[in-house]
Amino acid sequence: MPANRFNGFTEYGVGIGLRIPHYNHILSKKPTVDWFEIISENFMSDGGRPLHVLDQILEQYRVVQHGVSMYFGSVEPLNREHLKRLKALVRRTGTPWLSDHLCWGSVDGTYSHDLLPMPYTFEAAAKTADKIRQARDFLEVPVVVENVSSYAEFHVSEMTEWQFLTEVVGRADCGILLDVNNIYVSSRNHNFDPLEYVNGVPHERVAQIHIAGHSKFEKYILDTHDHPVIDPVWSLYARAIELIGPTATLLEWDDRIPSFDEVHDEALKANRYVAGKVSV
Amino acid sequence: MDLDHIQHKMFEAIRQPLTADEGMRQRTLDGKSLRAIANEIIKPNDRLTSFERLEIYNRQYWFRILSALSEDFPGLRAVVGDRRFERLAAAYLLDCPSQSFTLRNLGSRLEGWLRAHPEHLVKVEQVALDMVRLEWAEIEAFDETAKPQLSEDDLPALGPDPKFELQPHIRLLGLSYPVDDLLLQVRREEAETDIVSNAVTERTRQTSRRRRLPRAERIFLAVHRFDNSVYFKRIDKEAFTILCALRDGKSLSEAVDAADWSGRPIEDASADVQQWFAYWSAQGWFCHTNQVRNK
Repeated sequence: MPANRFNGFTEYGVGIGLRIPHYNHILSKKPTVDWFEIISENFMSDGGRPLHVLDQILEQYRVVQHGVSMYFGSVEPLNREHLKRLKALVRRTGTPWLSDHLCWGSVDGTYSHDLLPMPYTFEAAAKTADKIRQARDFLEVPVVVENVSSYAEFHVSEMTEWQFLTEVVGRADCGILLDVNNIYVSSRNHNFDPLEYVNGVPHERVAQIHIAGHSKFEKYILDTHDHPVIDPVWSLYARAIELIGPTATLLEWDDRIPSFDEVHDEALKANRYVAGKVSV
Repeated sequence: MDLDHIQHKMFEAIRQPLTADEGMRQRTLDGKSLRAIANEIIKPNDRLTSFERLEIYNRQYWFRILSALSEDFPGLRAVVGDRRFERLAAAYLLDCPSQSFTLRNLGSRLEGWLRAHPEHLVKVEQVALDMVRLEWAEIEAFDETAKPQLSEDDLPALGPDPKFELQPHIRLLGLSYPVDDLLLQVRREEAETDIVSNAVTERTRQTSRRRRLPRAERIFLAVHRFDNSVYFKRIDKEAFTILCALRDGKSLSEAVDAADWSGRPIEDASADVQQWFAYWSAQGWFCHTNQVRNK
């Protein structure tokens, strides 16, 4: 199932995020890595070192773009300048699909640079789906949306988060980047069963999976991407793989980044679940 | 309550400045109750009130943009000191929130804002402004486009009094303080980090070592990129004048005439100009002009 129209019919394995502290190691040692995920916004410049490094990476590796500021859920229209730059990068990388978050983050042209949670309403689903369709039509590449970690819920919500995700991707006819760490974080913050979430999404639309670590505080959990993946998140991953099939998987590690080998080894643990060697 | 209304309400709330102990204020700057706004839109749970849940986003908003600005302007932080930097950064970002999809542009209005708010730079105004100009020039030079370089073979196409076009990544600065040395010293001591990720930003209080500020000294700099690294090249005043004139579209003879050569023998001036142009060409500072492209 994993190769589908939402990920360009690709069979990518286990990748890691391309991060500055690892540049030298990757370019000099050329380690074997299935693929790298890049944060699109870090490479949407006109020139200089970011694009130079990216071009070197592209000579050796497969790259998938992941964005953080498209804000499909913001009421305001998509930013045309952003889209134009993104399209130029899509052409450069040849990314088989492109992901961004199911969230909002800008109002009247002012940006929060945060992934703000959606109210789960039919109105929000319809508006968000419209923008996803517009982006996909402009970018001419499959667009998939990622569930975010959240710390607040809205009074006006009319459905669960996974029902909202299902509603949006159905209306937009797009794929899902299923972040099982985000599901875990939100389940702890909002008291729901994360397995119900994993069971409840349209599995045939899942194009990619994210795994990551997080930080626990007294009254809530924050999605900090600065720790190894914990066992309950691996369990969710195993369940997702069981339902979806082996799917392109990426480990996010964005803060207190350890050595390349440590990050890659952590990511490769995913293969144990894909191979069925570890059960739920 | 529709989506537009919720987003305006929540965004207004999370953009409110934090309290001294980095919590959410009780009231917005124009007097509205943030507790009432939180209760109106956000559900409480068994551990957190609506106010506390909204506060998480309020804190994250500020932590992320303050951290990004601090990473971009470590030189300014070194000049004004940590506490003053935190205050001016918060005030600037309140007045000039991000209007770009990329955090790279967060400091684009900082110099203009500081000129309008000199109260944040008492006793260090000029050195701080010089540093901000240099740091913003460095950001622009880092990732601005580079056009194909002009080669010797292209010169005939430019005619007898050529107009040289500078690479878009070159920034020319006339400064009152030698802040380039100070910034290089600061940069050497800091680690490189990614620009953005989608992870939550944890608050890390940055501290910079107290430094001796440079004495006033007029310097001229070309901030440029070579082999994907940004360099600060000190240049003579006359060279600076010539480059500024070329940047502004003047011809070679007009640019040379724009410089003040008084007190310098013509032979020396001529030799200097030749030497400068040889260096600038070797560094790839000139790029293809329309004249060359059309030929």
